[in-house]
Amino acid sequence: MPVTDTTQNEETLTLTIVAEFAAPPQRVWDIYADPRQLEQIWGPPTYPATVVDHSLEPGGRVTYFMTSPEGEKFRGLWEVTAVDRLKRLEFRDYFADEDFAIVESMPGSRCIYTFEETETGTRATYESVFDSVEGLRTVLEMGVVEGTTGAINQIDDLLAQQ
Amino acid sequence: MKALLDDEVDALFQALADRTRRDIVRRVAGEGLSVSDLAADYDMSFAAVQKHVAVLERVGLVTKRRVGRRQIAHAEVGPLRTITSMLTELEDHWVERVQRIDDLLAGDEPAGSRD
Repeated sequence: MPVTDTTQNEETLTLTIVAEFAAPPQRVWDIYADPRQLEQIWGPPTYPATVVDHSLEPGGRVTYFMTSPEGEKFRGLWEVTAVDRLKRLEFRDYFADEDFAIVESMPGSRCIYTFEETETGTRATYESVFDSVEGLRTVLEMGVVEGTTGAINQIDDLLAQQ
Repeated sequence: MKALLDDEVDALFQALADRTRRDIVRRVAGEGLSVSDLAADYDMSFAAVQKHVAVLERVGLVTKRRVGRRQIAHAEVGPLRTITSMLTELEDHWVERVQRIDDLLAGDEPAGSRD
């Protein structure tokens, strides 16, 4: 199981995922440095991602769209804020319109990825910090994450807490 | 329920305090159902079922679409999501993504290199 730890912080709307990969940091970093590899891992098979622009340097942008099973395109972009090659990548992930302009009304999230060399390969820490509950909700409702039934099962739990 | 205003939560609870309405929400999740199909399964009039659907519509739990002469009801369960459940959904998404990264890395090995 590559994921070794997950932490949720409701107060700060932060999700942290720690994973161990059996490959050196250089190889893991390459996934992010190569748009063709990045699109293979960014979206689920049902919502394949296509990376359009790809500039992995401070001030650079990575633009992408994900295609739903119905053929609907969901666009997003990264504004890269910090790059420490092989070790750390920081960017803001935004929703984008058809021209890949940031949708200002939709709060994005801040992403901090760090990679450490270990005896067996690489420990990757993925941190996502959301600006608002609305931003988090929208990410889920893009259809990228489908959890309808989970939400329905909460109805009785909610009523039980009254 | 920090993700909602208190008034919204009150309205949701009122809408869900009825057993038939909870059942309707469950049944129209996913595929959606026509109001007539829904009504056929309850021991009450079509009008009574329509009223229940209207209550659920007002709080945003159900939306209706017209398909020809039929009205198809769909569940919109977004309002029910708490921050915890949203972070958990996102976590599941990340677990899948990490698995994809792992699969990609595993694909580096030339075929037959494993003993």
